[in-house]
Amino acid sequence: MSSNKTIPHSEAAALFNKNEERVNWHDETLWFVREKRDRSAHQIPEWELLRETASQIKFNVLSNIHDYLVEFESNAQKNGIIVHWAANAEEHNVIVHSILEKHNIKQMVKSKSMLTEECHLNDYLTNRGIDVIDSDLGERIVQLRNEPPSHIVLPAIHLKKEDVSETFHEHLGTEKGNIDPQYLTESARQHLRDVFLTRKAALTGVNFAVAETGEFVVCTNEGNADMGAHLADVHIACMGFEKLIPQREHLGVFLRLLARSATGQPITTFSSHFKKPNDGKEIHIVIVDNGRSEQLGREDFRNSLKCIRCGACMNTCPVYRRSGGHSYHNAVAGPIGSILAPNLDMKKNADLPFASTLCGSCTNVCPVKIDIHDQLYKWRQVLVKEGYTPKVKTIAMKTMATVLANPTVFEIAGKAGRFTMKNLPGLVNNKLNKWYDQREMPEVPEESFREWYKKNGKATKGKNDEQ
Amino acid sequence: MVKQLKEKMMSSKESILQKIKQNQPKELNELPNLEPLKESELDVLEQYKSVLKSIGGDFVEVSNYAEITDFVKEKFDTSKRILTTLPELSEVANLDWTSDDPHSLQDAELILVKAHFGVAENSALWITDEVMGQRVSTFIPQYLAIVVNKKDIVAKMHQAYDRIGNQEYGFGTFIAGPSKTADIEQSLVLGAHGARGLTVFLME
Ligand code: SF4
Repeated sequence: MSSNKTIPHSEAAALFNKNEERVNWHDETLWFVREKRDRSAHQIPEWELLRETASQIKFNVLSNIHDYLVEFESNAQKNGIIVHWAANAEEHNVIVHSILEKHNIKQMVKSKSMLTEECHLNDYLTNRGIDVIDSDLGERIVQLRNEPPSHIVLPAIHLKKEDVSETFHEHLGTEKGNIDPQYLTESARQHLRDVFLTRKAALTGVNFAVAETGEFVVCTNEGNADMGAHLADVHIACMGFEKLIPQREHLGVFLRLLARSATGQPITTFSSHFKKPNDGKEIHIVIVDNGRSEQLGREDFRNSLKCIRCGACMNTCPVYRRSGGHSYHNAVAGPIGSILAPNLDMKKNADLPFASTLCGSCTNVCPVKIDIHDQLYKWRQVLVKEGYTPKVKTIAMKTMATVLANPTVFEIAGKAGRFTMKNLPGLVNNKLNKWYDQREMPEVPEESFREWYKKNGKATKGKNDEQ
Repeated sequence: MVKQLKEKMMSSKESILQKIKQNQPKELNELPNLEPLKESELDVLEQYKSVLKSIGGDFVEVSNYAEITDFVKEKFDTSKRILTTLPELSEVANLDWTSDDPHSLQDAELILVKAHFGVAENSALWITDEVMGQRVSTFIPQYLAIVVNKKDIVAKMHQAYDRIGNQEYGFGTFIAGPSKTADIEQSLVLGAHGARGLTVFLME
């Protein structure tokens, strides 16, 4: 995962696309999840009001985040929770390691936390002789395969039963060729139960932290966060500071949206509220910045900090579904990841905002109403301006800008485009046109909308004028 | 070393907060009114039952604890370890475990506790450490059973948080159905790490 060896998204996607059957399967699997989300959302008559409310709460959070953080820290401390602050990934890792060292703990169990992926915590701890085991089933599968998760909610969504069966056969000694999900899950259950019962430290993510009460909420379906945290002596919870919400009652809004948007479930099986440590035990919270305060200052992109990590934008994205999470070379993949990544490292992630059709589907499903596709478009402009984009795209963008800015050129370009696609398709459908990879170009209309409007629109307009 | 680290962390806190203060939007955005979200025409009990079924849970309507005792005797292996925090169920379940080492609950076959209330829209049950005996008790057994009064089922999460209000607890959780996963090719499997089954006793 070294930063200078990143394969650009388009190349990684091209590799993924070699196995067409698999791409189609990946596409369909995610679309299935997207459809579950739709059905679930449609059962709530006030769904749009709920999204709007969530979005407004998050606006309030962004404009008060300083005070809410101070409030959260003091309330958490009153509850007996130990609070730490980390400016970046390195500090985050050092803090986690120092807590383990203090207790002389060499083994830790983890539940899902994309933040620790972002900070590469597993590698950091492993290099220092700490044994780290991920306990979410999907995360455990990818960990055994030495891969990062390919999706923030469904870490192993890119793998088939056969892959999991192979992996478990190799590492957990399951029967070769047995691909029954029930059997495989049961094997993981037995293996992880041993882990839960022997670890003295457990690390979890945080879905929401409440300023008013100093408590934090962790949502899982498997119960792995709770098994880890309640059986260990030390519970370390890591959160990006944007996870904060003002009051306890606001949880009602977000818990209604999170699972429905993520998988279509009415709520996750467990929504656990950690407020105080049990007698004789410790709860630590590590509040992490790692570029977030920077993003807060970028007016065009600060709304990305409203994200509650439901993954809906990935499930719906036509590019994500056909290119796979790994092609994004970032802990958070898909549309939202493509907004967050350039903030962390513009050079390394300059390709990601281009990995989108800007179709707007992500924006439509986002439960907190982030203007995702607009932000992707804005990133493209920033990146072109700063000179971070690959040459071909820069030329295309510049041409596009000229064309869009000038109505006459736009009209001629449109005519020329239609002429070319119709009469010289080879010019469009070739290797130089990145758009044609994996796609059929559309049928060419006889006349453009503009031409049609010139003929027909005027008549309508005239009629209206008469009234 | 520890002192150095402490100082570094202190300065990180100051610099993070300062940067946030400087970068956060200047215009203040008011918090929205949650009242309109509370309106509901749900038939709470019917909704509760159907959602619970749809997420892999089960319910039994009972009018008293004796009926629960009978049900447990009939449906569960009473030769295995059965635990509860409810004195009314002492005939089938052990009450004397709440100060044991939490790890010792690993062989519990069934644990029975009572929920403060349930939520119709998602069939979740609100449980705090006051009623769970041990924090791990609702996660570690092979099977979980939760008793809730029918009159304690509210419509939506907004009503739920109205009910919780500023209640004190060390730990609280909403539980909706048995532990589950769909991480292997989206095939739903019940009993990932926690309970393989959840029975809700809906009490008159
Ligand atoms: S950007 Fe919106 S849709 Fe995407 S993960 Fe975040 S909250 Fe979900």
